[in-house]
Amino acid sequence: MIYRTFFGDPRRRFGSSLADLDKMRRQMERLFDVFGDRQPSGSGAGVYPAVNITEDAEAYYVSAELPGVKSRDLDVNVTANQLTLAGERKISEEATDARYHRREREAGRFSRAVALPSDIDTENVRARLADGVLTVTVPKSERAKPRQIDIQ
Amino acid sequence: MSDTKELKVKEKQAVAVPAEQTKPGPVFTPNVDIFETENAITLMADMPGVKAEDLNVDLRDDTLTLTGDVNPGVKTPGEKVYEEYETGRYYRQFSLSEVIAQEKIDAQLQDGVLRLTLPKVEKATPRRIEVKVG
Repeated sequence: MIYRTFFGDPRRRFGSSLADLDKMRRQMERLFDVFGDRQPSGSGAGVYPAVNITEDAEAYYVSAELPGVKSRDLDVNVTANQLTLAGERKISEEATDARYHRREREAGRFSRAVALPSDIDTENVRARLADGVLTVTVPKSERAKPRQIDIQ
Repeated sequence: MSDTKELKVKEKQAVAVPAEQTKPGPVFTPNVDIFETENAITLMADMPGVKAEDLNVDLRDDTLTLTGDVNPGVKTPGEKVYEEYETGRYYRQFSLSEVIAQEKIDAQLQDGVLRLTLPKVEKATPRRIEVKVG
């Protein structure tokens, strides 16, 4: 039973499978309350671009795949509780006598807002676009970083 | 001129690779545009996260194979909080009907987009054959 070992606590062995699922559900809801009110149905909100968010003790990291988007066509804005990625993806024009056999890549505008928790340091947000992947580093404010407490 | 349209998210297509993979992980099909002019076939493929040294373009027996590895060091640090897309390698294979001049193939990788130019072999100049009446 995978979810049981995920939550540890070997004492809860009998008749508590529903409680485990409930705990998982509440944790997922907490995540979505913090990071946006969208349910990830497969491809997420369906808004371009798809984002992944990771977190460590220092900061939140938001990454998105934006192949073919140049940094001059991309706007990254951050307010106290929202990160906005907006811009345009352009596809180069080709010679007029070019005959297309396949056309799978799309061009167009995009705009996506990601809700952020309020305990962030908006002054030091950094963004990097390399190889078509955008990584935005949102440092946590000093209050939010975990502190070791000395025991006397 | 009409307004630029809004982009929609497309889920990445996972592909069942014919040969067994030595490295674990999902493999995706990159989106490609293929167009042809009189002199060359050009292929543009979206492969975000792939660096030039991790990209492999192979042409043999009229089959073109694109393979791209995504460097796991590119992943952002920390634990996952929210994931809408997976990262994995890219693989796509095409069979070409034209004969290609292999030594003139040009590949450029910029902003995660591969632009591959495959020049066609120049056709032999047609010669007119004189018929002598003897």
